[in-house]
Amino acid sequence: MDRPIRVLVAKPGLDGHDRGAKVIARALRDAGMEVIYTGLRQTPEQIVQAAIQEDVDVVAMSILSGAHNHLFPKVVNLLREEGVDDVLVIGGGVIPEDDIPKLKEAGIEEIFTPGTSTKDVVEYIKRNVKR
Amino acid sequence: MFDKNKLEEIRLEKQNWTKNNVEKTISRFPERKESFKTGSNLEVKRLYTPDDIEDLDYNEKLGFPGQYPFTRGVQPTMYRGRLWTMRQYAGFATAEESNKRYKYLLEQGQTGLSVAFDLPTQIGYDSDHPLSEGEVGKVGVAIDSLKDMEILFDGIPLDKVSTSMTINAPASVLLAMYIAVAEKQGVPKGSLRGTIQNDILKEYIARGTYIFPPKASMRLITNIFEYCSKEVPKWNTISISGYHIREAGATAVQEVAFTLADGIAYVEAAIEAGLDVDDFAPRLSFFFNAHNDLLEEVAKFRAARRLWARIMKERFHAKSEKSMMLKFHTQTAGSTLTAQQPDNNIVRVTIQTLAAVLGGTQSLHTNSRDEALALPTEESVRIALRTQQIVAYESGVTETIDPLAGSYYIESLTNKIEEEAMNYIKKIDELGGAIKAIESGYIQKEIQDAAYNYQMEIESGKRIVVGVNKFQIEEEGHKDILRVDPEVERLQREKLKALKEERDNRLVEDVLMKLKEKANTSENLMPYILDAVKAYATLGEICGVLREVFGEYEQSIIL
Amino acid sequence: MNLGERLLNGDRRACARLISMLENNDLEAVNIIKELYKHSGNAYVIGVTGAPGSGKSTLTDKLAKEFRKRGKKIGILAIDPTSPFTGGAILGDRIRMNDLTLDKNVFIRSMGTRGSLGGMSRAAWGAVKVLDIFGMDYIFIETVGVGQSEVDIVKIADTVLMVMVPNLGDDIQAIKAGIMEIADVFAINKSDLEGADRTKLEIEMNLDLSEKKDYRPPVVKVSASRNQNIDELVDKLIEHRTYLEETGKIVERRKKNIRLEIMKLAEEEFLNLVMNKAHKGNLFDKLVDDVISKKLDPYTAKDMIMDFIKG
Repeated sequence: MDRPIRVLVAKPGLDGHDRGAKVIARALRDAGMEVIYTGLRQTPEQIVQAAIQEDVDVVAMSILSGAHNHLFPKVVNLLREEGVDDVLVIGGGVIPEDDIPKLKEAGIEEIFTPGTSTKDVVEYIKRNVKR
Repeated sequence: MFDKNKLEEIRLEKQNWTKNNVEKTISRFPERKESFKTGSNLEVKRLYTPDDIEDLDYNEKLGFPGQYPFTRGVQPTMYRGRLWTMRQYAGFATAEESNKRYKYLLEQGQTGLSVAFDLPTQIGYDSDHPLSEGEVGKVGVAIDSLKDMEILFDGIPLDKVSTSMTINAPASVLLAMYIAVAEKQGVPKGSLRGTIQNDILKEYIARGTYIFPPKASMRLITNIFEYCSKEVPKWNTISISGYHIREAGATAVQEVAFTLADGIAYVEAAIEAGLDVDDFAPRLSFFFNAHNDLLEEVAKFRAARRLWARIMKERFHAKSEKSMMLKFHTQTAGSTLTAQQPDNNIVRVTIQTLAAVLGGTQSLHTNSRDEALALPTEESVRIALRTQQIVAYESGVTETIDPLAGSYYIESLTNKIEEEAMNYIKKIDELGGAIKAIESGYIQKEIQDAAYNYQMEIESGKRIVVGVNKFQIEEEGHKDILRVDPEVERLQREKLKALKEERDNRLVEDVLMKLKEKANTSENLMPYILDAVKAYATLGEICGVLREVFGEYEQSIIL
Repeated sequence: MNLGERLLNGDRRACARLISMLENNDLEAVNIIKELYKHSGNAYVIGVTGAPGSGKSTLTDKLAKEFRKRGKKIGILAIDPTSPFTGGAILGDRIRMNDLTLDKNVFIRSMGTRGSLGGMSRAAWGAVKVLDIFGMDYIFIETVGVGQSEVDIVKIADTVLMVMVPNLGDDIQAIKAGIMEIADVFAINKSDLEGADRTKLEIEMNLDLSEKKDYRPPVVKVSASRNQNIDELVDKLIEHRTYLEETGKIVERRKKNIRLEIMKLAEEEFLNLVMNKAHKGNLFDKLVDDVISKKLDPYTAKDMIMDFIKG
């Protein structure tokens, strides 16, 4: 069925740097997706409930404060607890290379670091949505 | 500035040159691009001549360093007298660690400290708040109560150092803690020197660590202005910041425009609160970004100085020259750092350092090469500092004042940025001022559009970023990076728990009740916050009480 | 358990999925709703509309909280326009409602208008049914009050709340455009701003001009961001409900809405049928070419399509 991909763009944690999240939100919209933007200071619980209510295909999170190791996996775990298994979870921000394998192991399927082209993110999502 | 006949000659010659030399060359070797633009997309001509600045009245527009309109600098001798302050912003997880680092820096001869706080502190949450999870001690030091502040400055004589604190929404609380620590050291408030950022408007616009709605925030800020003008007269009460506005994607023009528009809002608020402009304006300072387009940035700093001087004199009728001087701190542009080939960032930072210095900055923080990857390592921080030192001691640009003045291009660009920034300020005035323009999302939208445009230019290859969309290489992961021990969060929570057991909780209740009561009046809150802090009420408790009275700001987003 | 059973059991994911499926006109979901339709009809629907920037989302958030205080379960549909160029949308209304996200008795759903003929109304009406069957007591549909399709969406509400702000020229425009006439309750938001009283007066004067009825829409001054007077507004909304129920007008109104819904559903499907047929063998394109080259006129082209369908 031809329907727009729905993406939740969220900023977990407390950092207020939303330039990247906003640019991505716009790029996804311009690629024909429906973007649910939830703004700053979202707890993992809020992100998961929003993802469920909005029935999104993708949860895209951005963190620049260094709290990713704690917050990204927490979102994935809460989604699993709720029985959600068809949502693609991706993350972006200032994330050291060393952390990426662990994050992927935890279920964040792709990590985009600074310098990523929005086109790559769009393509990645189109290729990897689960339904 | 030029003789009329001479100008005519130059114009004629330029026409001839264009026709005979340029066009001939272009017909065989076209220029690299159809049009040339600055880093912020201002049109750049092939060549600038006296023709481009024919109306420039030297005395009116440039003047002399240390004199109105301060285009050429705020001090009469600039770096010939004293170099800028090299102030590296740094924060460490706990007060204990930071204290050690500060003492080390002081032993090395540094006289200024710059404190970075973690995000929970910046947003007025204690370390045990659910939203603090994963954030404690991450981007700076965690301060929950006066206890942490006592540790942070333990053994550091507060009458001998100047301390810059990057704190905004809860600035009054942290300032109160600083005053309380000083009192315990026997240092009177009147001799304290330092700066609090205290610029809430740019938090709404770009940085995101706001707590209260604009009206309450502006009251807290003017409370600080008023309190400090009487009690802590050497304290710089605000650092009006364009840095984060630029980082969010603004152009150079927008950076100047929105920062000065915020400045206007603060001055208006203070005047409305009954303060005399010359009582507080000399304590206002600014904070700008230094980007890659060297010449545009230099023009930007000069334009900002001239524009602010004009605003203070003509709009606010300031009488003291000190009120008209735009003094500023600069930080190199974090957003220009690339995660790819991070050593290239050293070169970018060098260019940006030159921009800040040629633009006449009063102090400078240089970013480290690895900041697009994580918090910087010690080695990277040292290279960043060395970059400043090389520019200061080896480059020669410090030996004369405002060396780029008189360049046809620089002067023309300075005029252009000033003019376009003024247009923005007029537009913001029409919208009812900076606060209204923020609440309606106008300023944020302008910045987002610029940010999106910038990103699309990179993706289309119209804008080259070395190592990112051109000259890429296969890279290994960058392993040598700094991490914060997750134990810090647990430790900080334990300290908090212990504090709540050992302090006089009845007293805490009383002072918080009093603060709440006063928050509902129009009284200056500083004395009550000071009482609360001294009773060891926590930052989260104090901000919590104020949250109850003032409510919380809701983001205005137009995407 | 199938989706329908899960919905009846209060499974939030099933609720969310069914809304998506109806939004995409998925036949399986339509069949589920056919089966469960008898469980609907308990929810009361409030349409919230007003000009962009009038603070509808913040007001909806505060209204939902007040209804929660009164023990009600709340569904919210926040509708934002889809870009006609890319088909994408940024749906940002949740930002204003973030602290309702964790309330198990609140369900918030953002929707893009997606632009197909009548498709939005169908999707919104479908979502209302799902939330109704899911057990919500009140459902808010929040949408910008510009454009006919948005007005259509709000029309299916039992009560329409029109949000105004002081000193916005748009208010006057709305009055002129007749959009005001669908309002059952007026809220003047941001009434701490200057001019609130004047705006109230203007609305009241306009109400004076309209024909006398036994119900006169109340005009309530509120400030959503300061949480002022929200309880009074909720009282007025409930008063309108009581009025409709006591006078039996609720049945009249719902009949009208159902009539509209059936008509729109049929209209959409009929149009799809016609256009699908017309597009077969490129008939439609040919007709368009013929009209532009003046071989045909649009009326004859329409006749030919109708003949084709009938034949």
